[in-house]
Amino acid sequence: MSAPNLKVEDLHVSIEDKEILKGFGIEVKGGEIHAIMGPNGTGKSTLASALMGHPKYEVTKGNATFNGEDLFEMEVDERARAGLFLAMQYPSEVAGVTNADFVRTAINAHREEGDEISLMKFIRKMDEKMGTLEMDESFQHRYLNEGFSGGEKKRNEILQLLMLEPKIAILDEIDSGLDIDALKVVAQGINEMRSEDFGCLIITHYQRLLNYIKPDFVHVMMQGRIVKSGGPELAERLEAEGYEWIKEELGIEDETVGQE
Amino acid sequence: MTAETKFPVDQDILTSFSKDRNEPQWLTDLRLSSLEKAETLELPKPDKTNIKNWNFTNFETFQNTAETAELSDSAKALIGSEEDAPNLIVQKNGETSISRISEELKQKGVIYTDIQTAVKEHSDLVQKYFMQDAVSADEHRLTALHAALLNGGVFVYVPKNVEVELPLQALYVQEGNFGLFNHVLIAADVNSSVTYIENYMNDGDAYASAANIVAEVYAADGATVNFGAVDTFSSEVITYVNRRAQVSGRDAKVYWALGQMNDGDTISENTTYLVGEGSYADTKTVAIGRGTQKQNFTTNVIHFGKNSDGQILKHGVMKDAATSIFNGVSKIEHGATKANGEQTERVLMLSEKARGDANPILLIDEDDVTAGHAASVGKIDPIQMFYLMSRGISRREAERLIIHGFLAPVVNELPIESVKERLIEVIERKVY
Repeated sequence: MSAPNLKVEDLHVSIEDKEILKGFGIEVKGGEIHAIMGPNGTGKSTLASALMGHPKYEVTKGNATFNGEDLFEMEVDERARAGLFLAMQYPSEVAGVTNADFVRTAINAHREEGDEISLMKFIRKMDEKMGTLEMDESFQHRYLNEGFSGGEKKRNEILQLLMLEPKIAILDEIDSGLDIDALKVVAQGINEMRSEDFGCLIITHYQRLLNYIKPDFVHVMMQGRIVKSGGPELAERLEAEGYEWIKEELGIEDETVGQE
Repeated sequence: MTAETKFPVDQDILTSFSKDRNEPQWLTDLRLSSLEKAETLELPKPDKTNIKNWNFTNFETFQNTAETAELSDSAKALIGSEEDAPNLIVQKNGETSISRISEELKQKGVIYTDIQTAVKEHSDLVQKYFMQDAVSADEHRLTALHAALLNGGVFVYVPKNVEVELPLQALYVQEGNFGLFNHVLIAADVNSSVTYIENYMNDGDAYASAANIVAEVYAADGATVNFGAVDTFSSEVITYVNRRAQVSGRDAKVYWALGQMNDGDTISENTTYLVGEGSYADTKTVAIGRGTQKQNFTTNVIHFGKNSDGQILKHGVMKDAATSIFNGVSKIEHGATKANGEQTERVLMLSEKARGDANPILLIDEDDVTAGHAASVGKIDPIQMFYLMSRGISRREAERLIIHGFLAPVVNELPIESVKERLIEVIERKVY
């Protein structure tokens, strides 16, 4: 099996006819952790949603391949079954469906009919991963995200990541709303996944998550595309000095995109 | 006039039908007077559904002609063993094929028998309740027809202070072009308790026919009645079903758990009269519409008693081009101080052509009460679908999860485990 690969070229994405992404490109391979940083309103979450196939986002130009296959030709569930995962900033609540039922259905969706995960194996794995994330057992039987706090929802996203073991994961501001202890726990969960068979695209506002998950590449996003790339040292400089120096360097006045 | 008044029966046929069954005179008289009334009375007028052109007498016979009481395998599958279901009555086209009740209950004086036997062996007791306070024969054409053509059903009587632990179960099977007029009569005496569970289904090829079902529940002081039903008539059957409870006893309680899964056009009324002080009604309904069926589910809780408490919870899923009206009426009469009436109706529509309407109605004629209602009609949220599908779950499976989730608040709360299980099975079959 070849290493995972997500390649995005010249991506343009609109929401309600307003262009948000304007020529975004990146390549994420197995074993790599990329961080996309940038101020609010620069198109980071649009990128995450568009790659997963959110119904409100329209790809108007450019292409993306996942392990060589055209990503935008695939339905949302097909993208997931191919190994793409998005930890969402605002996960939906689904009343009446327990967390455990949902995760088990998702795992079985990745498997062939007749090869469903055994209940015992599932419970063991769920217990183990919930242990890693320091989640209370009761979350198994609670309805999916219903009444969860912001931090609990984020942990639950990472729980799904650990349960589904995707090839490439996009984490959309998974650190927002987490206190430092929760942040460490979530980072530990993601670090557990690190291997040549796993690539990760971390979208974040702050550098602090990157103290716990060391990125290989750091990209700065402004005006709907990457304006600067570097190694971990770039994130550190951003943390120390903010984004102004980049704007000056590139002559950017307003870094946001699609804002009224 | 339409064909509706030309139902295939006259006074002579009815008299000899009644005589063949050795019925008491009061019932023969009631049949004949009701037949007359059926000629002139109007159809009921369920709110927001026009049934003028519905053919409620779309059958060839109301007298069982089935050669054999033999059941299909799917019907047999619903019958538990004597060990699992010691108290069971099975009828096909009104004809009883199984009738059993545990020795223990018999000795305690519990009566569980088919209605045909009941009117002979317990004539006075049946007459005391039959179509008296809960449902009356002269309400409208369909109740009159019901009293005239009664041809199936059961009678339950639970004496004072007797608690029936294992449920009384009934399976009613309709086959061919047979008009079913089924009557369930439950009388729970002072401080007694009982659980009754019924299943309606069709056997054999689908024939156009009609079902006219009435259930009456009478609960005396301190009595508790659990009533569970799963209706699964086929798309060819036009159904009128009226389940009512007269909760006249102080602190008496009635719990309804209704799975309304018919595939044909259906008019359903479920009414509870909370007459006793501190009486309680809990009505839970789950309904699914598919194909082009039209349905109307009206739930009424009518408070007369002080401190009475009525809860209505209904969830419906509409797919294809199905149309359903969900009416919920909490009526608090003058003098019913400290009464509480709560209701929720929710409808989820799965297709552009499906129609659902939720109408919560509070009619309050007393100042010192509490009441509340909630209603919603909506489609599946595309963002929810995106979320579920983003985990690899197919569109179909994601819809399945959302529908189960939508119905769960009712299904999971159903007080009778076997009704819950049967319902989940039927939901699976009906929605996917």
